[in-house]
Amino acid sequence: MLYTKLKHFNQYLFSVIIIILVSLLSYIFKEIIGYKVVAFILLVTVSLLAMFLRILPTLLAAVLSAIIWNFFFIEPFLTFHIENTEDVFMFIMYFVIAMINAVLTFKIRQIEKIANEKDTKLKSIKLYNTLLDSLSHEFKTPISAIIGSTDALQTNKTLSETQKEKLIEEVATAVFRLNNQVENLLNMSRLESGIITPKMDWVDIKEIVFKAVRDLKNKGYSQVIKVDSSENIPLFKLDFGLTEQIIYNLLNNATLYTPENSTILVHLFNKENSLFIEIIDEGKGFPNDEITLIFDKFYRLKSSKSGGSGLGLSIVKGFLEAQNGKITVSNRDEGGAKFTIEIETEITTFNSIGNE
Amino acid sequence: MNKPKILVIDDEVQIRKLLEITLSTNDFDVKLVENGLEGIRFAATFQPDLIMLDLGLPDVDGQVVLQQLREWFFNPIMILSVKSEEEEIVKALDNGANDYLIKPFRTLELVARVRSHLRNHIKELSEPIIHSSNFYIDIVSRIVKINNEEIKLTQTEFNLLATLARNEGRVLTHHYLLKEVWGKSYSDQTQYLRVFVAQLRKKIEKDANHPEMILTESGIGYRFMLT
Repeated sequence: MLYTKLKHFNQYLFSVIIIILVSLLSYIFKEIIGYKVVAFILLVTVSLLAMFLRILPTLLAAVLSAIIWNFFFIEPFLTFHIENTEDVFMFIMYFVIAMINAVLTFKIRQIEKIANEKDTKLKSIKLYNTLLDSLSHEFKTPISAIIGSTDALQTNKTLSETQKEKLIEEVATAVFRLNNQVENLLNMSRLESGIITPKMDWVDIKEIVFKAVRDLKNKGYSQVIKVDSSENIPLFKLDFGLTEQIIYNLLNNATLYTPENSTILVHLFNKENSLFIEIIDEGKGFPNDEITLIFDKFYRLKSSKSGGSGLGLSIVKGFLEAQNGKITVSNRDEGGAKFTIEIETEITTFNSIGNE
Repeated sequence: MNKPKILVIDDEVQIRKLLEITLSTNDFDVKLVENGLEGIRFAATFQPDLIMLDLGLPDVDGQVVLQQLREWFFNPIMILSVKSEEEEIVKALDNGANDYLIKPFRTLELVARVRSHLRNHIKELSEPIIHSSNFYIDIVSRIVKINNEEIKLTQTEFNLLATLARNEGRVLTHHYLLKEVWGKSYSDQTQYLRVFVAQLRKKIEKDANHPEMILTESGIGYRFMLT
C-alpha cells in the first residue's frame, strides 16, 4: 500500500504532484466543465489522497488545492482576490470540507489500525492456546499411560503374565514418545536461543544418509528406502549431527505418513559447490492451501492424526538455515511429495585423496 | 570365578538404582557412589574392572574426575551423560574414556557394551591377532582375511584397520585416528579419514552402505565391532 511504501518526504511530493496534475487537466477542460465542478474534482482528489497518505501530506493537498482553485479558477484569475460573495462562500466551504475530509479519513484509519492490532493480538493468544493444548496433550497422554500401567502393576495382584507384559509394553511406548517430544522441544529451544553453532567438517553424505536409515530401522518401518547417488559424489563441509537429524526427521515423517511398502527415494547430487538432497515419496502429498505452512513451528496438517508435535519440519528448516541451507517442498505430478534441500558449501573429491 | 567389579559414579538416585539392579542381575559385583571425590577414593580401594562415570556430578566436573582417574587407572571407563553435545563427549574420549552412553540408554545395550569392554581389555594387552568367525587380522605380519580369504589393503588402509581393530568396542575420535594413522599434523584433515573409511568398508564389509564392523559415531568418530 502507498501508505506504507512511500517514505515521509515522498508522500509530500506525491500529494503535490497529484494535485498539480489534476488541476492541470481541469484547467484544460475549464471551459467545458465550469469552475464549480473543478472544485468537486479537487475535493474528490483530496479525499482519495487521504485514504493513502499520512495526515500532513493530506492537509498539504487540501491547502494547495484550495489555493490553486482560487488562483486559477475563480474570477478574477491569477489573483487571490475573490469578487463574488457566492464564490467567497464557496471557497471557505471548499477549504473546510477538504480539511474535514482529510482529518476524518485519518481518524477512520487510526481506528482501523487499533482494531487490526487487537485482532492480531487475539489471533496470537488463540495460537498460543492451541499450542499449549496440543503440547499438554502430547505430554499428558504418555504420562497417563505410564501412571496407569505402573499403578496396575503395583496394585493388581491378579494380572496374568501376558497382561503384565502388555502393560510394560505400554510404558515403553509412552516413554519413547515422551523422549521424542522432549528431544524436539530441546532442539527447538536450542534453535530459538541461537546457541547452535554448526561444526563444519568434511563429511561423506552417503554415510550420513545410511546412518539415519540405520537409526530409523531400530524404530521400524515398512517402506523401502532407496538411496540414489553417484559413486563419485564429493565430500562436503557440513555439520554431521545436524545434517543427520535433518535427514532422519524427513525420512521419519515419510515413513509415518506414506502407505505401507511404498518407496521413499533419497536422491543425492551436487551442482558445483551445492549439495542437493531430494526426498521423494509416494504418499498423498500436501493440500495446496497448507503446503506453504508445513515448515512453521507447531503447524500440523488439518488432516493429521494425533501424536507428533508439529516441530519436526521446523527443526529441519532451522538446522538447514544454521548451515546456510534451504529446503523447498512440492507435490509431484505423479503423486507424493518431494522435498528438496540445497546447501552451498565447500567440496572436495574422493579421487584426489584416494589416489594419494 | 570372581565376578567382574564395576564402580558406578552417578549423583542421580534413580540411575543408581537402575544400574544396581541391571548390573547385579547380570552377574557383576557393583559398587555405587554419588559424587566425584568418593568415586576417586573407591576406585583406589575397590579396584574395579570398569568404571561408569556420569559427567554431570555435583562436586567435581566429570571431566576432571576422568583426568584424575586416568593418571593411574587403566581399566575401561564408560561415560554416562545427559549432554548429547558432541564436544563434551569428544573431550571425554580424548581424556581417556573408552566409550560413552547417552541417557536415556537401553540396559541391554549397556550390558553388552560393558561385557565387550571387559573382554577386549584383556585382549588388548596381549594378542597381535584379532579374529572372529569371518574376520582375521594379524597386526604383526600385516595379514587381513575376510571369510578366510586374504584381502589386499594399501599401507594406510591397513594402519587404519589395525588401529580400529586393536581398540575393538572403543570409540575412537577423528582426531585420535588421524594422529595415529597419518601423524600429528593431519589431526584436522577429516577428509582423509572419510575417504579411507569408505574405501576400507568397500573391502571388508558385506555391504559398505550398511557397515557392521566399522561403525559411525555421528560427529565423534568410529568404533570397530567384531561380528
